[in-house]
Amino acid sequence: MVFNSPTLSYSLLAPILIILGGALIGVLIEAFVGKARRPIVQLSVALASLVLALIQVIRIRELSSTTAAMGSVVIDGPGLLFQGAILIIAIISIFLIADQDNFTSSAAALPGSDEERQATQSGTVLTEIYPLTLFAVAGMLLFPVSSDLITLFVALEVLSLPLYLMAGLSRHRRLASQEAALKYFLLGAFSSAFFLFGAAYLYGYAGTVSFAGIHAAVVGGTGNDVILLLGIAFVSIGLLFKVGAVPFHAWSPDVYQGAPTPITGFMAAATKVAAFGAMLRIFYTVLAEAQWQWRPFFMVIAIITMIFGSLVAISQRDVKRMLAYSSIAHAGFLLTGVIALNKAGFEASIYYLFAYGVATVGAFGIVTLVRDSSGEVSDLNRWAGLGKRSPWVASAFAFFLLAFAGIPLTSGFIGKFAIFSAAYESGATAVVIVGVLSSAIAAFFYIRVIVLMFFTDATEDGTSVVIPSILTRLTIFISLAVTVALGVFPAPLLDFIKPLAIFIR
Amino acid sequence: MTINWISLTALLPLIGAVLLATLPKGAELRAKQFAFGATLVTAASAIAMAVQFQRDNTDLQFVEVRSWIPSFGINYAVGIDGIALVLILMSVILAPIVILAGWNEAQGGRWSVKTFYILILVLETMMIGVFSATDVFLFYVIFEAMLVPVYFLIGGYGTGERSAAAVKFLLYSLFGGLLMLASIIALYVMSGDQGGHTFDLAKLAKLEMSSTTQNFLFLGFFIAFAIKAPLWPFHTWLPDAAQSATSGTSVLLLGVLDKVGTFGMIRYCLTLFPEASKTFTPVIIVLAVISIIYGAILAIGQKDLKRLIAFTSISHFGFITMGIFAMTSQSQSGATLYMFNHGFSTAALFIVGGWMIARRGSSTISEFGGLQRVTPVMAWCFFLAGMSSLALPGLSSFVSEFLVLVGTYTRYPVAAIIATVGIILAALYILIPVQRALHGPTTPGNENLPDLNLREKIAIAPVLAAIIALGFYPAPLLNVINPAAIHVNSQLGFTDPVPTVEGK
Repeated sequence: MVFNSPTLSYSLLAPILIILGGALIGVLIEAFVGKARRPIVQLSVALASLVLALIQVIRIRELSSTTAAMGSVVIDGPGLLFQGAILIIAIISIFLIADQDNFTSSAAALPGSDEERQATQSGTVLTEIYPLTLFAVAGMLLFPVSSDLITLFVALEVLSLPLYLMAGLSRHRRLASQEAALKYFLLGAFSSAFFLFGAAYLYGYAGTVSFAGIHAAVVGGTGNDVILLLGIAFVSIGLLFKVGAVPFHAWSPDVYQGAPTPITGFMAAATKVAAFGAMLRIFYTVLAEAQWQWRPFFMVIAIITMIFGSLVAISQRDVKRMLAYSSIAHAGFLLTGVIALNKAGFEASIYYLFAYGVATVGAFGIVTLVRDSSGEVSDLNRWAGLGKRSPWVASAFAFFLLAFAGIPLTSGFIGKFAIFSAAYESGATAVVIVGVLSSAIAAFFYIRVIVLMFFTDATEDGTSVVIPSILTRLTIFISLAVTVALGVFPAPLLDFIKPLAIFIR
Repeated sequence: MTINWISLTALLPLIGAVLLATLPKGAELRAKQFAFGATLVTAASAIAMAVQFQRDNTDLQFVEVRSWIPSFGINYAVGIDGIALVLILMSVILAPIVILAGWNEAQGGRWSVKTFYILILVLETMMIGVFSATDVFLFYVIFEAMLVPVYFLIGGYGTGERSAAAVKFLLYSLFGGLLMLASIIALYVMSGDQGGHTFDLAKLAKLEMSSTTQNFLFLGFFIAFAIKAPLWPFHTWLPDAAQSATSGTSVLLLGVLDKVGTFGMIRYCLTLFPEASKTFTPVIIVLAVISIIYGAILAIGQKDLKRLIAFTSISHFGFITMGIFAMTSQSQSGATLYMFNHGFSTAALFIVGGWMIARRGSSTISEFGGLQRVTPVMAWCFFLAGMSSLALPGLSSFVSEFLVLVGTYTRYPVAAIIATVGIILAALYILIPVQRALHGPTTPGNENLPDLNLREKIAIAPVLAAIIALGFYPAPLLNVINPAAIHVNSQLGFTDPVPTVEGK
């Protein structure tokens, strides 16, 4: 038996490898660099690896449409677009994560214990967050370019495990944060099991785990359809869990609320890009010919998700929970793009993901600023009158909300228009109509927050907006600028996406 | 590079808004003067454009097309016909008048005076844009985006239940807008199947579609416009909004923004869906007649001056809608002229009414009384505005109302006859408040109310002058409107019914 050494095509894998390298260096820094210098060194390393990875993604875009790592990874235009989007979102988020006020100083200490108090008083800051973020980013980069089920699963775990941990690191309301982490972990593990179960079925159906092989089997149509159906169903459940589609959404409000806000923002934005990236690849290439098996199912999921997310968001009293439900509704809108199953739908999904991700990071960035003496205030009633006290912060938040609502001249509108028109083109009229109507419902609760901020008199309870640090300001400013620019002049990005958005199978 | 007059006119207020934003915080007077100046310059630019307008040319004029989002075939495309020109003129003339008339009305707001005028100027840009857009996507963008400044104008500077009224306004409009968006998406997709994605109005008008599709898409547009206009039963947001908004905002809201609805019916519903328009005409005529009567009857019962004016407008919008869908060139010319005249007569009512309310500190009609003796000039102005609203012959509204009724009668005589009842009711809803507020014994507390000052006289004079002048000699406007109205009608394949004379 001849054993060939695998060809890995390092330059194509370089973005992922750079991030992993950065993460490992981060672990070493944790061990060897003095406490005082750690935060700045960690931030520099993390930022440098993200930027380098982004540069590498841009550099290899011409070489795209090749496979790497013996066909386990496919580097094509869409893959690079997803990677670029994830890296940009990560770069914006890392500034937010660098604001250490949001994280506990000692994650291992029991909430309320002396140990914790000492750690807080000694001014220790938690810097493990940087390597954890980089590990998660590495997983996210791999997820949408995976080209077989095993790599896909590994990527899923690599991106999820650090996120479970990061969700538990909040400085305030430690117990809620830990509960969120545990919930996320348990449900995540559960959904991974579903995914793996489905992957086993698909393997049973096609006799291979490679996407190309499964695609060939689907096209050939000789396998057992029941097994294919089971495989699709279980793999879909695993993926739908990650994007928070109803009825697999139960984790997201609690996790969004409990996790430290910068992590919530990062998670909400980047995980969605990665998960939808993988989902689009699977359903647009591998299972495109099996559309009668999954499209009706997805239509139902999309309709329920949009309606449920919008309706339940109305009754939320907590800004983070409200954003969680809004992200559920947005998952529904994005599923519309998956259903469209045409090139326009694919381009629209990429645009939407990027626009939504950036606005999400910005919105959560603002949530971190609204505080009282005991920390962040996410109770919406106490946001009343924010527009009077801090007009700029409130206006920025209002603008992000308008973008989520899809008001024209924001990025959200172009995204929504693109995705709905693609879905309509594919004949999914019912989904589009539900989408439009739930946009109207969704507009209601976004506007309610605007009313609260601008038109309601403040209660005197000491809620205040902290002066944003330079880093947080940078996050918010970049997100705002991108949201405006993509709303008014979306053409450059759309034109950039168009030639790249072609999957190779 | 030649400068396009429409783009220039639309850009001027926006530049003004940006410059205004750079003014220091305390400079309230400077902000007002600057905003007033900016609207005057805009008005001058629009009038210069109107002078160059070739009135017998039925093509769109001052056309400018620039690629905006090429991947979706979206252009920045503007151009005007006579109907759009008249409405743009109305908007840019009303804007400075509103600022001058409501010189102090921004003071009670949640935010600075400067912000108020920034919002007004941004709104003016959008008003010009919405009437001149010839790309459906561009139209939609402006149609929706202009809700945001109005929302903040009502919610931030209004009185009473202002935030509730602002939210109601926004949600109604957004809902309608989203229905329209669904129709626009469908049009876009169909255009892709028939020769390339486009939003160009002229190209979309040539799309082939089944009558079922056309009916559904028509409804998407029509409901959005009927909410905007507003037509019974989509009107309930209007009285609340008008009651809460400052009178300047109300003028812009009822005088200009609501015209987007009726303008949209002509420009979009009739042009894009001629067959469906004909199908739905009977229903719409019925709704319009109901609006005329319903608005008038409710106006009679109102105790609040601003709500009363709002309900009279619902009645007037009924006339306009009826004129549009009667589909004779007379009724449509009349409807367009009506839009212009309604803008001015409502402006006069709201402006003078606003002064009365500001002086008395209450908008309840019974709180006034005897104003004719105390403040004769103000009372005469209100009287004249009221007469214009009830379409007294010799005042501008009479011409348009007459044209609408005559034009409608040739095709829908029953509707026209019922609608004339609206005229009688109009006399009631105007004369009752005139009698209660202006005549009779002076209500205690009103003895020392000051009459109009010079600024206020200057502000109201052009409005009243226009009402009288156009009542005697509407030809300048009709000469511009008629060719466009005939053109719209001929595109629909309608010729005016020839009146038959008995015994011939």
